[in-house]
Amino acid sequence: MGKGDEMTIRRTLLQRRHACLFALAIAVGAGLPFAGPTGAQAQDVTLVNVSYDPTRELYRAINDAFAKEWQAKHGQKVTIRASHGGSGRQARAVIDGLDADVVTLALAGDIDAIARESKKLPADWQTRLPNNSSPYTSTIVLLVRKGNPKGIKDWDDLAKPGIQVITPNPKTSGGARWNYLAAWAFELDRSKGDVGKAKDLVGAIYRNVPVLDTGARGSTTTFVQRGLGDVLIAWENEGFLAQQEFGADKFDIVYPSLSILAEPPVSLVDQVVDKRGTRAVAQAYLDFLYTPAAQRIIAANFYRPSKPEHAAPEDLARFQKVKLVTIDEAFGGWTKAQAEHFSDGGVFDQIYKPGTPSR
Amino acid sequence: MSDRATTEHAVLKSTDDASGVPSHGGRPVWPRPTIDEAPLTKAILVVLAVGFLALFIVLPLIAVFAEAFRRGLDHYLESFADPDTQAAIRLTLMVAAIAVPLNLVFGICAAWAIAKFDFHGKSLLITLIDLPFSVSPVVSGLVFVLLFGAQGLFGKWLAAHDLQIVFAVPGIVLATVFVTFPFVARELIPLMQEQGTSEEEAALTLGASGLRTFLTVTLPNVKWALLYGVLLCNARAMGEFGAVSVVSGHVRGLTNTMPLHVEILYNEYNFVAAFAVASILAGLALLTLMAKSVLEWRYGDALARTRLY
Repeated sequence: MGKGDEMTIRRTLLQRRHACLFALAIAVGAGLPFAGPTGAQAQDVTLVNVSYDPTRELYRAINDAFAKEWQAKHGQKVTIRASHGGSGRQARAVIDGLDADVVTLALAGDIDAIARESKKLPADWQTRLPNNSSPYTSTIVLLVRKGNPKGIKDWDDLAKPGIQVITPNPKTSGGARWNYLAAWAFELDRSKGDVGKAKDLVGAIYRNVPVLDTGARGSTTTFVQRGLGDVLIAWENEGFLAQQEFGADKFDIVYPSLSILAEPPVSLVDQVVDKRGTRAVAQAYLDFLYTPAAQRIIAANFYRPSKPEHAAPEDLARFQKVKLVTIDEAFGGWTKAQAEHFSDGGVFDQIYKPGTPSR
Repeated sequence: MSDRATTEHAVLKSTDDASGVPSHGGRPVWPRPTIDEAPLTKAILVVLAVGFLALFIVLPLIAVFAEAFRRGLDHYLESFADPDTQAAIRLTLMVAAIAVPLNLVFGICAAWAIAKFDFHGKSLLITLIDLPFSVSPVVSGLVFVLLFGAQGLFGKWLAAHDLQIVFAVPGIVLATVFVTFPFVARELIPLMQEQGTSEEEAALTLGASGLRTFLTVTLPNVKWALLYGVLLCNARAMGEFGAVSVVSGHVRGLTNTMPLHVEILYNEYNFVAAFAVASILAGLALLTLMAKSVLEWRYGDALARTRLY
């Protein structure tokens, strides 16, 4: 039988007719919608604030207050859209094209990276606003379970065998980098500048870390929600917030003998505000952070205001006096600290050899 | 011809002998079923299966709804008053509404090409269709950042033309299309291959146009499988987390989908709202499951009928 020939004829017939349809269908499907981001109405204005992980509650309060003030002054409705995540990851997203009008990140190094790699803002961005562009500061504390069952008093206690330490990943989280550097600064101070000892202590602490989350809030939920670990190295504000959310009867805040002065800075992203025509309102938003009203909100959300005279005394009373070193005096600034400790193959990579950090 | 008949007869006869009802001393001896476990084994297996299902599927599902309604219906409904939550629901529905029809068209095209034609590189195409299943969703997302991000391959060109792909709705749609692509195609290919080309050929010889052949012959033959694929595709499109998380930028009210919003609410200690949104996703999944069961029942029938030819 000439079955093969018959099939060939049929196939050719089918091919000719169906090929047209096939091509048509692909053409229809390929018409992908190239819609830009949703545009706001003519007189309304939208700002995108790309921030780090623990500031969710702070900026919700700030945004409401600023929107009210702007509306009263200019009769214009402003909506602030927020994005939160590990500071390093957020900086990466802005570099990769996330259109942020303002960035409010955990540390200057991450905004430096945006300036360096995307050129969306000038290299001297940090000189444009008061206090190194940090409207508030914070520090790093130790959050332990109620009654401090493991007797954790200071950084060296975290290195003891059998202690589980929760802290996020310094590669993606800004808070995690402050945590790491605070422990390092403690040992450097205690050993009168012995870098080897600092490396040993921080290495021992990270050997006690079962899981590295990508952001500070992820670590907080790991500790308070999932009940993992004996101690959480946390932003002071995260510690107080956890106490407020879950009750002061569940967690104690332990201030170490020495910690680091964390200065989370803010900046305009010049290229974005100029493209979107939002420079005036974005600048006003950042300036607003230094006003008495915002400073009060900042202290109420457990951050240390740069102008404490505007904050409520009962909010200020919470903050304990603790010996603080700055990144500049202990590490020679962020650029140096970042390259030495957190770059690929840096000190952190040398001391942290995980199973596999999840998330 | 006669050889074959004889063999068949012999086979028939031998089965008759083995499983028929020969009498030994007047009493019929029934054959033992091939699987005949002790009652205890059977019970243990059933308990294990049901227990596993209850523990890993039913219990979490109940937990989602229990947590969502923990503070009562008022709190549950209040969770949806938040504009950011509403925006997340809208975005998810919109993304699914774009991604599913696209994959419907692409899926039919791919299945058609593979099932009805022979061409070089066919097995490569089949492998490519399966790629989204084998690649981690995070990688799927990163691919689009590497292509369309500001530092990516097309970043400069896109910026010059003021087009935003990643960290905007198009990026989310692209990532969703990518991860959900195999569902429709994978569902159609085996069925269309099995059905062959004879019906289409008949239609064409009778003078039907290509389009008419497709609409009146090919499409009706695969409609149930197609619907089934679309349902699965839709479920995944609405629930996708990993790939979308990479390209989203997580801007509330703009680029935040439902699964991403659940994580955000959870991380903000807003558990009732987090589980309320999760309960909608779970509800959608349950609906899909129900629709799927109905289809399986009907589709099974349809499939059986096509096999009669």
